[in-house]
Amino acid sequence: MAEQIPFVDYLVLGDDPHLVVNECSACGARFFDRRNACGSCSGTEFEKTRVATRGELRSFTIVAFAAPGVPVPFVAGIVDCDGTSVRSNIVNVEPDAEHVKLGMPVRLTTLVVGSDSEGVEAVNFAYEPAA
Amino acid sequence: MSEDVYILGIKMTKFGKHKELDTLDLASEATLAALKDGGVTMKDMGIIAAGNLMSGPLPIAQTIQKQCGQTGIPAYNVSNACATGATALRVAIMSVKAGESDFGLAVGVEKLAGAGLLVGGARQEDDAAWQRSGRYGAVAPVDGRIGTEIMPGVFAQIGMEYGHKYGGANFELFAQISEKNHWHSTLNPLAAYSKLMSLEEIMNDIMIAYPNTRPMCSANCDGAAAAVVVSGSKLKTLSQEQQRRAVKIAASVLTSDPYEEGCQVLPNVNTLTRNAAKQAYEQAGVGPKDLGLVELHDCFATAELVHYDNLMLCEEGGAVDFFKSGAPRRDGSMPVNVSGGLQSKGHPIAATGIANIWEVCHHLRGEAGPRQIEGAKVGLAHVIGLGSACGIHILEKSVA
Ligand SMILES: [Zn+2]
Repeated sequence: MAEQIPFVDYLVLGDDPHLVVNECSACGARFFDRRNACGSCSGTEFEKTRVATRGELRSFTIVAFAAPGVPVPFVAGIVDCDGTSVRSNIVNVEPDAEHVKLGMPVRLTTLVVGSDSEGVEAVNFAYEPAA
Repeated sequence: MSEDVYILGIKMTKFGKHKELDTLDLASEATLAALKDGGVTMKDMGIIAAGNLMSGPLPIAQTIQKQCGQTGIPAYNVSNACATGATALRVAIMSVKAGESDFGLAVGVEKLAGAGLLVGGARQEDDAAWQRSGRYGAVAPVDGRIGTEIMPGVFAQIGMEYGHKYGGANFELFAQISEKNHWHSTLNPLAAYSKLMSLEEIMNDIMIAYPNTRPMCSANCDGAAAAVVVSGSKLKTLSQEQQRRAVKIAASVLTSDPYEEGCQVLPNVNTLTRNAAKQAYEQAGVGPKDLGLVELHDCFATAELVHYDNLMLCEEGGAVDFFKSGAPRRDGSMPVNVSGGLQSKGHPIAATGIANIWEVCHHLRGEAGPRQIEGAKVGLAHVIGLGSACGIHILEKSVA
């Protein structure tokens, strides 16, 4: 099996793929990016915290027209994972308004983005319907 | 007690495709026209603030001076995404309010015709070894792989989120909002597009990012707008005609987005607009019911809906019913975007935050011709620059 690496720093692969955030130790605000300080309280201490892998689709769009090289159509959405908002693609669903529904339950899944010259696979996350 | 500040002169160029004119031609045209409209010259100005986001000559403020009059005054070059024009105006207002200048000039200009999609980088195939970059440590561009970065998609989600929270918002409703603005634009000779569009035409046009089809997206175009502001005490020394046409800036507010859960995942354009609106109504001593017309930032049809609520034109959660009541139509109780809005008037980014004030002033002065909103005494102009900045100005008809 090819070596796999996560597409972004905040994705943890393995038997139990999940996202991690930098959670502010002082106020609990959660961030996916590398931090200098907290955007909510300016605190500088963070803990790596696991994000729930199940959530609810809080908003979405179906992108039909994108920058060159980006395959369309695809569903982009905001998933509410137990109070933490996550930006993601929504996959394994027909990309139309009959099938993608606001409020629908979704769960984290992973998919291979591609391989580099060394044969290493980059693995990304997305959410899929959990009904 | 600080000075009251007035719009003395203001102009926008025709929005659209200006093949023969470059950024500087457009900026100069608006600048000279605004000065003439106010009956003043570059020599009177105590400050210039200007903005241009895409490809113009830098620094834009000094470059404008080199064409229209180099008088050695302080020049501020500002950048605040789609709120750039409003920010330039706000800088000029602050200078006058602080007593540093009697007159100030603000200019916004953009050459955007044919620019296509804004934001969202082209994806290139690259077979070199994966390398992490950026603050998320991504090994390749994330647009299209982790949601979307294109503006029609971002604002689609902003509208859909409102629909999820309160219900009643669907593709057809968003398209109806666009239908209203395209209808309004038929009366605006300065709009980039002034063609009547049926609901069917709008819904069947090219889908960009559901539920926004092409005519539901702001139109990339060329254009400029400029405004001259003056202190209340200086205005009293000017002619009767200048005093009669001057428009009082009853409120001038700029906010940025405060932290809230999720705001760094999907931009929250709601809270900073609501905060700006509250401050503006308080400064002006008026409420939403006093407004004769509103120009709000309909960069996409999905955005207009949420701002009915954010500007408190309706009850909280009541934007769908507000729209369905017909209130925001030009013949309704609270006309919104009678200029045609950004979907048809066009959106030359840095010019937008002054052009919307021109529209409101045009009505308050009673000079809007066939599209005049009769009896308008107070109006509100709103812009959002994603990232985010919100500018709100409340304008009042002169009593002189
Ligand atoms: Zn914090």
